[in-house]
Amino acid sequence: MGKPFNTRDIIIRNVSSGKTKRSEKYVPSFFFMAASLSIITSIGIVLTLVFDAYHFFSKIPLRQVFGTKLAPLSPTPSFGILPLINGTIITSIIAMFVAVPIGLTAAIFLSEFASENTRKTLKPIMEMLAGIPTIVYGFFAYSFVTPLLMQLIPNLGAKNALSPGIVMGIMIIPLVTSLSEDAMNAVPNSIREGALALGSTKLEVTLRVIVPAAFSGIISSFILAVSRAVGETMIVAIASGSSKKFTLDITESMQTMTAYIVEFTSGDAGSGTIGYYSLYAVGLILFAFTLFMNLLAQYISRRYREEY
Amino acid sequence: MNFTNNALENKETHKSMHDAESKTLFDSESVKRRIKKRVIIDKAAKKVFSLSTVFALLILSILLYRILADSYGWLNLRFLKSNLSMNPQRAGIYGVIIGSVLLMTVVIPVTLLLGVSTAIYLEEFSSKGKLQSIIKTNISNLAGVPSVIFGLLGLTVFGRLLNLGSSVLAGGLTLSLLVLPIVVVASQEAIKAVPGYLRDASYAIGATKWTTIKKIVLPAALPGILTGSILSVSRAIGETAPLVVLGIPTLILRIPNSIMDDFTALPIQIYYWTLDTVLTAEYANLAAATIVVLLVLLFLMNSIAIFIRNKFQRRY
Repeated sequence: MGKPFNTRDIIIRNVSSGKTKRSEKYVPSFFFMAASLSIITSIGIVLTLVFDAYHFFSKIPLRQVFGTKLAPLSPTPSFGILPLINGTIITSIIAMFVAVPIGLTAAIFLSEFASENTRKTLKPIMEMLAGIPTIVYGFFAYSFVTPLLMQLIPNLGAKNALSPGIVMGIMIIPLVTSLSEDAMNAVPNSIREGALALGSTKLEVTLRVIVPAAFSGIISSFILAVSRAVGETMIVAIASGSSKKFTLDITESMQTMTAYIVEFTSGDAGSGTIGYYSLYAVGLILFAFTLFMNLLAQYISRRYREEY
Repeated sequence: MNFTNNALENKETHKSMHDAESKTLFDSESVKRRIKKRVIIDKAAKKVFSLSTVFALLILSILLYRILADSYGWLNLRFLKSNLSMNPQRAGIYGVIIGSVLLMTVVIPVTLLLGVSTAIYLEEFSSKGKLQSIIKTNISNLAGVPSVIFGLLGLTVFGRLLNLGSSVLAGGLTLSLLVLPIVVVASQEAIKAVPGYLRDASYAIGATKWTTIKKIVLPAALPGILTGSILSVSRAIGETAPLVVLGIPTLILRIPNSIMDDFTALPIQIYYWTLDTVLTAEYANLAAATIVVLLVLLFLMNSIAIFIRNKFQRRY
């Protein structure tokens, strides 16, 4: 028979030893520090972008910045940003032309028409598309889609806006599908059954009841898709080339904001040159735009959500 | 006889009544036709919608097929075991794989430590106030920042300010910040799913808050946390843009030894080889072979994540 436990003693020893007390005191502050790192990261992003972009904007007149001539490496450099914005918008529009119709109809199919089993098999495969690294899509665009399109459009350049736009759209399909499907799934079954009981076909229920009810979620999925397309880098860096010409011709090479950053840093951008600072100016515009889109998407899905 | 006649008559009158009724109120034939049309449209729509899904699957299979076809004959043991070279016949990705592995030895501990700690703070310590909602909004917005912007942050802070250059450490820290939101959100979900009565029971037998978290909450949430971490690491392994922005040189022949060395990783090598296909067509095959290695790696990691989720996750 050993000594019987004396619970009271153990508690008193633990509490008065200070060991527990100390860890109880310092542990929360450690976790708080970890949590605040995410805020520090955001502040860091804004500060780096703003500081170096400031160097850029203080040296280059605004009239030149919003011009169409971009030639960062020429002896008389010019930093018009419009060709980059133009390239970004055009490739994103092409991507949306692919992603919105296919993504939305696939979401409607999965959420409203497909049987439970079909859904269970198809959804993970769709998600596989989302899990493929973008560099792989870039390779696919350049080595498969562009040569394929060249057979259809003879004057298509080896680097062009069309092929990366299409592939970017394909990349975004799973995003549109899964977010829209979530929105449609959130519409309660009672509403669906009510409409069916009135004699509507499934298509009518979908188009007149479910889609309107899930509209805010669907729209915000589109906005997030635009934001993804604008921020997408590797596909356009590989397949869209680095022409800095201001053009609306999608068969020609054009450069997006993201591709400009990648091209310039992988080359020799000496720190302190205007070309180096221009990266941060472009980055700042890119950051502001995607942040705006993300906030807008959050606002829409929160503000216009139908509560059931 | 009389009876049947009567019945017939009855039917007749009924029919004529029905006809009269339908003439005045609605034309039953046209209604039937309309319903038929609606049903046909409904069926056609189902077909069309299913085509969209089929299209996505078709693209996925074409993509995989093309890459496998391009890499055929190039992906072999020699390719995995030899080092980079200008000569496509002799080039291999041993050093590149080492680079990616070293990168992960930075990303995994950093994201796990920071991500799980953030989640613990948000779920267990913070009061439901302004600060918590600021941190939460901030994390969801960070998740939407383009990866190339993280590259610029890494270039300025890790590359130049801390003078890490384009070393494994600089790349790993940059990628850690990039995938941190994924780990935080996944860990939060996992911690949230631990039922309150487990915590209450722990407190009731005298455990302190930290002991409860350490001994009760974290073990119960571990499968969910691990699943989220593996997914985030697989995102980091395929990420290219931030590393390119950090300024990783094109051809690194030296195999990195430590996390302070310059390095190259699988996605970067795919990028440079794809760009250089203009010069040497065989680089496309090398890029495809590297993609296969990358995809196999991702597939393995995701399978492990799914396995952990199915095997160990308990529903309370």
